[in-house]
Amino acid sequence: MADTQAIQLTAKDFKSDQEVRWCPGCGDHAVLNAVQRALAEIGIPKEKIAFISGIGCSSRFPYYMNTYGFHGIHGRASAIATGVKTANPDLSVWQITGDGDALAIGGNHFIHVIRRNIDLNILLFNNEIYGLTKGQYSPTSNKGLVTKTSPFGTIEEPFSVGELVIGARGKFFARTVDGNLALSQEIYIAAAKHKGTSVVEILQNCVIFNDGIHDIVTGKEFRDDRTIILRHGQPMIFGKDLKSGLILDGLKLKVVKIGQNGISEKDLLVHDALENNPGIQYMLANMRYPEYPVALGVIRNVEWPTYDALVGEQIEAVKKDSKIRNMDDLLNSGAVWNVD
Amino acid sequence: MGTKPQIIEKDEVVIRFSGDSGDGMQLTGTLFSDTAALYGNDLSTFPDYPAEIRAPQGTVGGVSGFTVHMGHSEINTPGDYADVLVAMNPAAVKANVRWIKDRSTIIYDKDSFTDKNIEKAGYVKDPIAEEKLEDFNIIAAPISSMVKEALKDLELDQKSVLRTKNMFALGMVYWMFDRKLDYTEDFCDRKFKKKPEVAKANKIALRAGYYYAETIEALEPVRINPAPIAKGRYRNINGNEATAWGFIAAAEKAGLELFIGSYPITPATGILEALSARKDLGVKSLQAEDEIAGICTALGASFAGKLAVTTTSGPGLALKSEAIGLAVMAELPLVIVDVQRGGPSTGLPTKTEQADLMQALMGRNGECPVVVIASSTPSDCFHYAFEAARIALEHMTPVLLLTDGYLGNGSEPWRIPSMKDLPEIKPPFASVSNEPYFPYKRDNKRFARSWAIPGTAGLEHRIGGLEKTDKGTVSYVPENHEFMTRQREKKVEAVVEKVPNLKVFGKEKNDLLLVGWGGTYGHLLTAARELQNEGHNVSLACFNYIMPMPANVGDVFRNFKKILVCELNLGQFADYLRMNHQEFTYHQFNKVQGVPFTVNEIKEECIKLLEEK
Repeated sequence: MADTQAIQLTAKDFKSDQEVRWCPGCGDHAVLNAVQRALAEIGIPKEKIAFISGIGCSSRFPYYMNTYGFHGIHGRASAIATGVKTANPDLSVWQITGDGDALAIGGNHFIHVIRRNIDLNILLFNNEIYGLTKGQYSPTSNKGLVTKTSPFGTIEEPFSVGELVIGARGKFFARTVDGNLALSQEIYIAAAKHKGTSVVEILQNCVIFNDGIHDIVTGKEFRDDRTIILRHGQPMIFGKDLKSGLILDGLKLKVVKIGQNGISEKDLLVHDALENNPGIQYMLANMRYPEYPVALGVIRNVEWPTYDALVGEQIEAVKKDSKIRNMDDLLNSGAVWNVD
Repeated sequence: MGTKPQIIEKDEVVIRFSGDSGDGMQLTGTLFSDTAALYGNDLSTFPDYPAEIRAPQGTVGGVSGFTVHMGHSEINTPGDYADVLVAMNPAAVKANVRWIKDRSTIIYDKDSFTDKNIEKAGYVKDPIAEEKLEDFNIIAAPISSMVKEALKDLELDQKSVLRTKNMFALGMVYWMFDRKLDYTEDFCDRKFKKKPEVAKANKIALRAGYYYAETIEALEPVRINPAPIAKGRYRNINGNEATAWGFIAAAEKAGLELFIGSYPITPATGILEALSARKDLGVKSLQAEDEIAGICTALGASFAGKLAVTTTSGPGLALKSEAIGLAVMAELPLVIVDVQRGGPSTGLPTKTEQADLMQALMGRNGECPVVVIASSTPSDCFHYAFEAARIALEHMTPVLLLTDGYLGNGSEPWRIPSMKDLPEIKPPFASVSNEPYFPYKRDNKRFARSWAIPGTAGLEHRIGGLEKTDKGTVSYVPENHEFMTRQREKKVEAVVEKVPNLKVFGKEKNDLLLVGWGGTYGHLLTAARELQNEGHNVSLACFNYIMPMPANVGDVFRNFKKILVCELNLGQFADYLRMNHQEFTYHQFNKVQGVPFTVNEIKEECIKLLEEK
């Protein structure tokens, strides 16, 4: 997040004059709302914010934000955003991407932006489908999903976003649900505050081509029992009755019931998002229903030097020791001779 | 250093240092050319090395060469055929025998002509006899054993001792051309500051070679007097370094930070390296994960308000195509350098060619015009890089700068410019006013949009690859798309205000006009000059600005009976001229061998055409 004096803003300040053109009922509307609210709360002036996107339904996002915005080409938003942030570290740079944009065509840029730890906030809209091209399976579609390009079910293994982020040595990973505005807002603020690449996976619903794909976990009637909201320093408790929890059983996580088999709240794991060793965070990020609840919240949040800051520091350090201060100095340096 | 026999004065000479890729021939050639430059000769050099870093030792595929052409008068090419060949092994003879003049001098390391090496090079027993070189001036020097003998008192391992063979050979050539050793000795001291023993060994080997050449009385000493060079301060520079420096100069003139996003690729990597070394001038260099990220990071930096460049070679340009399209649509300043190499596909990575012209002009989806310019000598890469940046910044357009492997790696002395003599660069920055900011609103002269830099309050806006109205709203209106397409075309055409008229070398009305573009300039100029001196009615015109072309092309061409377009491809520029100036007939002379033209073949082609009715 850029170091700028916070100012008074409202969500409305971030709405552009463009008509929002996503399908009625699309999860993207809720994300847009939550982001605008989060930005108002963060208080960075809107001219210091840039939204960069690739291609896909969600990538229209920058047009709806009254900030600086660049709608790029398919898969390349990570690279464009890397350029923007490295060129001007004072900007708060947000990348809007989807499961196809970030993990298929843009997979290479996605892992490298994370490896470099560019101070970006990447919002990855995961609806497990290609929406803009009208319904083909994506790299996060579950095996067996029937789509227009997998009429007999996909035979591909899906990516897990969190696993990929941690595998690329990512320092911040969070997960939220499009419709949960309060949680989303809290996570977007945490992502913005984290210096380094912050990846937020948003379980987002495509109302047309993959409607209800996340409902089995995030549906109103299940969500308390099938998700767990992780907060740093708090015990891992979930369930309607707040009686379920997670413990470490040997080398694996295990769901337990408080009050059963002598388990009490103090036996539960306490979430440590700040721990650099990703072991437990990795297991948390990979929890799948029905064996486990799906983890929401900030799963990993480790401070680490950012590429964009190091670039500036290196330049300053080299400048201090160099005799070459301008182009004329350079032109006349080294082996030169005069012809009289 | 003893009395010298009768010295022969010559106007120019071509020396080729050649050996295994681990023999240090590039360094040897560079030291020789630096010494020649300091002495006051005009010169041109060209390294020629294999794509393999360490090809099998002793094989023809592993031969690395460095050619130096130095003269008492103006030198514009590295020379086609060598007067002196230094061959560190039999393979070096094999690789170079077709590039040496009849009865030239061949200095070779006799000790390396072992049965095994002779066989590896594809000879049976005696390379000199098998190549029928007996009438040449053959100097069979036992270089390996001589350096062993000379360095026997030093505490140095055998490997380090044999590494000084190149210095021994260099010493011999220095004696032959009556050159001082001090520059090379200083270099050894600098380079091996932390290994004084190695520095000493190199210096001893250098002197041993020098005295050996004097002692054997088999070499004719040659003097190449200094050339009448314009007054000023000089340095040697190669094309890639000159390109890098042109961008730094442009950034300084524009008052902008310079950003380069690139991926290493032969033969363009030198530009990324040269810019990465200039943190002291605030250059931000990003070695991207691939070619696409190279251009996309640069485009992001451009959006953020910097002078942004990306550098590549043919295959990389192909990968960057889509992002160039985005730059055209976003109307952001960006310079893309293509250091052309032999293609298609991986082709000949270390060799030169001019076959990316059509890719540069047209290799994108949609109506996607960019400015295309080409540099013509190693040192003028500085000027054209500067101009590419100036055009990009002042006209808000991507500019594609074409150089090639020959220019990028070739070097020549360069009169150092002064920053105060370079033009100012004034990008059309947007300013805050009472009117709302419309990203695609243009000025009436250049049709360039204004540049609103993120961070500026009141100029928040969105751009992107989708077609838009001038207000920046996404639009699918048919007439709007055509309007915007034509506006983008007009913007590139308006760059002609910065394009100097095409110049003619020689008579402006003549029998034959030799036409070229980019890196063939030196060879074409040498051929034209020689033809003119021999009384032929030949003039020359070389293009640096391809899109848009100079305004006077038609006026120049119509004064010639015949036009011969020479290029290192199968006729791409000739076809481009046919598209734009169909009123003329174009003859073609083409070559796609990964090597430059020779002056002789150009001359022969011209004479043939002049003689045809």
